[in-house]
Amino acid sequence: MEDMLFYDRMQFAFTITFHYLFPQLTMGLSLMIVYFKWKYLRTKIDKYNESAKFWMKIFALNFAMGVVTGIPMEFQFGTNWAKFSELTGGIIGQTLAMEGMFSFFLESSFLGLFIFGEKLLGHKLHFLTSLMVFIGSWASGFLIIATHSWMQHPVGYEVLENGKFVLNNFSALFSNVWLWPSYLHNQAASLVTASFVVAAVGAFYLLNNKHNEFGKIFVKTGVIFGLISSLIVAFPTGDLVAKNVVKYQPVTFAAMEGIFETEEGGSEIILIGQPNVQEKKLDNKIAVPNILSFLTYQQWDAEIKGLNEFKEEDYPTNIPGLYYAYHIMVGLGTIFIGLMLLAAVQLFRKKLYKTKWILWSLMFMLPFPYIANTTGWYTAELGRQPWLVYNLLRTADGASPTVSSGNTLFTLLGFIGLYLLLGLLFLILAGKIINKGPQLIKH
Amino acid sequence: MELFWYIVLMTMLAVYVILDGYDFGAGIIHLFFAKTEKDKKAITNAIGPFWDANEVWLIASGGVLFFAFPTLYASSFSGFYLPLIIILWLLIFRAIGLELRGQIHNKMWEIIWDKAFGVASLLLALFFGVALGNVVRGVNLGNVVNGVSTQEAHYFFLPLWNPTFSPQAEQLGIIDWFTLLLGVIGVVALTIHGANWIIFKTNSDLNPKLRKVVFNLNFVLLALVIISLLVWHVIEPKPFHNFVENPLLWIFPLITFTGLFGLFKVKSFKKDGLGFLFSSLFLFGGLTSTVASIFPKVLPSTNTINPDLTIYNVAADEYGLSVGVYWFAIAAVLVVVYFTIQYKVFKGKMDNVGYGEH
Repeated sequence: MEDMLFYDRMQFAFTITFHYLFPQLTMGLSLMIVYFKWKYLRTKIDKYNESAKFWMKIFALNFAMGVVTGIPMEFQFGTNWAKFSELTGGIIGQTLAMEGMFSFFLESSFLGLFIFGEKLLGHKLHFLTSLMVFIGSWASGFLIIATHSWMQHPVGYEVLENGKFVLNNFSALFSNVWLWPSYLHNQAASLVTASFVVAAVGAFYLLNNKHNEFGKIFVKTGVIFGLISSLIVAFPTGDLVAKNVVKYQPVTFAAMEGIFETEEGGSEIILIGQPNVQEKKLDNKIAVPNILSFLTYQQWDAEIKGLNEFKEEDYPTNIPGLYYAYHIMVGLGTIFIGLMLLAAVQLFRKKLYKTKWILWSLMFMLPFPYIANTTGWYTAELGRQPWLVYNLLRTADGASPTVSSGNTLFTLLGFIGLYLLLGLLFLILAGKIINKGPQLIKH
Repeated sequence: MELFWYIVLMTMLAVYVILDGYDFGAGIIHLFFAKTEKDKKAITNAIGPFWDANEVWLIASGGVLFFAFPTLYASSFSGFYLPLIIILWLLIFRAIGLELRGQIHNKMWEIIWDKAFGVASLLLALFFGVALGNVVRGVNLGNVVNGVSTQEAHYFFLPLWNPTFSPQAEQLGIIDWFTLLLGVIGVVALTIHGANWIIFKTNSDLNPKLRKVVFNLNFVLLALVIISLLVWHVIEPKPFHNFVENPLLWIFPLITFTGLFGLFKVKSFKKDGLGFLFSSLFLFGGLTSTVASIFPKVLPSTNTINPDLTIYNVAADEYGLSVGVYWFAIAAVLVVVYFTIQYKVFKGKMDNVGYGEH
C-alpha cells in the first residue's frame, strides 16, 4: 500500500511536471503571437507577420507535445486515483469536462486554421484565428486552475454519508477566493516563460549575427513583455496568493517559509537556510527580522504561526521539498525582475542590442523560468499535502484500490522512457526550427 | 437526467469513432498499401488538418464521462488499467509519428515514423474493438473469488489475458476470443472507413486500388459481423432481449446494415463522399446497437454477488447533472460552429495541403 501510493504520486508528479513544460510556453506565447499578428495588421511590415508565423511553428510543436502528454493526465485520475475520482468527480468533473468542451475544441480547430489557412483566409481572419487559439489556451488554464483551486480550497459542496462530494453551488466554483489570484499568478508566470524564450532566441540571433532584423524584434518584445509579466508575478498576484495561503493553509505557510516556532514580536524572513525536520530548526540561516510579518500583515510585529502550533499529522508531508520549491521560485522571480529591468533600461537608452553581457544573460536564462514555474507548481501541490482535497480527503485515501504497486511501477517506468524520448525529439526539432529561423518573403 | 447524459456521452463517443476512426484507418492503409512517397503524401494530406481536432473528441468524452458518471469512470479506468495506459502510449506514438515524420529528411527517420504511425493506428483500432467487447462481456465486479468479494462491489482489475482465453472463464482477461473477434471487426471496419475518407478527400493514384480494397474487405466484414451475432449468446444469453422489449431500438441495427450494404456499391459511386457516409453509418449503428443491447447496463457483472453497473448507479448527483446541461448546450453549439468552419475551409480535395512540411 505504501509502495503503491509512492509510485502513484511519483507517476503523477513526473507526468504533470513534464506536461506542464509545454502549456506554460504555449499560453504565454499565444498572446505574443496575437501581438505580432496585430502589429503586422497595423504596420503592414512583413517582419511582424513572419515573426507570428515563426513562433506559431514553435507553438505548434509545443502544442502537439502538450496534447500528447496531457491526455495521460486526464486518464490518470481514473487509472491511478480512482477513489478520488469516484468521490469528487461530480464536482471537479464539471471543470475538467468544461475544459475539454470549451477550450480543446477551440484550440485544436483554430490552430489547424492558423497554420494551414493564411492564404485561404486573408490576414484579418488569420489574425482572428490566432486570437481564438489564444482564448482557447487561456480558457484551458482557467479551468485547470479552477479545478486546482477547488482542491486547495473546496467550495460549493456537501459531503454525503457515503463520503461522496456533491456540488450544491455551481457558481461558487468560479467565485472561489483561491481561483483568481492563482489564475492571474499562473498566467503571468507563463508569460514570463514565453518572454524569456522569445528574448533568448532573439539574443541568440544577435550574438550569432544571423537573422538580425528578427533578433532585434524578439529581444525587444521579449524584454517588454518579460518586464511587465515578471513584475505582475510578484505583485500583486504572488502577494495575493501568499495571503490566501496564510489565511486558509497556515500550516503550509509555516513550512514554506521555514518557521518552526512562532516568534513573538514578529517573524523574520528567511533568505538562506536548510530546514532540519528532525531537530525542528533551520540550519545555517540568514534572515532579516520582522520583514515577513510586514509583508504578510503590513504590521512589523504581527504574529505568524510556526509549525509548533499544529498537529504533526497535518504537517505537509515533504517540508524540505516544499521549503526549497518555494524559495527557488521566489529567488528566481527576483532575478527575473532584476535582469529584465536592466535590459529595459538599456533598451530605453537604445544600447540593448550592443550590450553583449545582457544578451548572453538573456540567452542563458532560458531554462530558469521553466524551473521557476515548476517549483511554483510544486509549492502549491506539496503545500496541499497530506490532503488531496484540503482538510477533507487525504491523499492516502484517494488511490485506486485494485491496482497493485507492480503495475504502477511498470507504467511509471514506461512513462519515463517514453517522455525521455519525447523530450529529446522535442529539443532536436525545436533547435532545428530556431536555427533555421524566420524567413522574410521577398516580394 | 442520467439518460440525457448517457445519450450525450454515447453520441460523443460515436462522433469520436467516426472521426478519429478514419485517422486510424488512414494509418492502417498507410501501413499496408502506401508504396510510394506520393501515396504516403496523399494519405497524410487527407487527415493532416483534422486528426488533432478529432482526437479532442476522445478527451472531451473522457471529461464528460468523468463528470456525469464518476463511479463508472473510477471503476473502469482502474479496472482496465493496463490496456488504457497502453492505449495512451500508442496515441502518443501515433501522434509524434505524424508530427515528426516530415521534419527531418532522412530515410531511416521516415521509415521509423511511418511504422510508428501505421502500427500504432492498427493496434489502436484493435484495442478499441477489444474494449467494446469487454464492455458487453462484462467483468468480475468486486473481484469475486469463491463467492466472496475481495474489493468494493464496483471495483475490479483485469489482467491483459488469462491462460484459457475464454470469455466465460472465472478469471477473465482483457483479451479473449470474443473480445479479439470484436477487435478484428474494429480493424476491418476502420480500414474500410479510412480508405473511404482518402477516396473522398484526395485524387490520389491510390483511389482505384482503395475502391477494390473496400469492396473485398466488405465481404470479410459481413462475415465477421454474422459470426459475432452467432456467438453473441455466449456472453449474453438473450442478446436481443432489449430489442424485443423496445422495438424502437431496431433503428440502430437497421442503420448498421444500411451502412454495410451501401459499402458494397463503393466501386460504382459517382460521388466520392458516399462511401464515407456508408462506413460512418456502419460504425455509428454498430456502436449504438451494441451498447443498446445491454442498456441500461454500462458494465455488466459476470458474478451474481455484485450488481451490474447501470447508468443509474454510477451517475453524479442530480444538481450537478442538471447545471451541466446549461454549459454543455452552449459548448455544443460552439463546437458545431468550429467544426463547420474547419470543414468548410478545408473542403474538397486535399492533395495540395503539404501536411508535415514546415
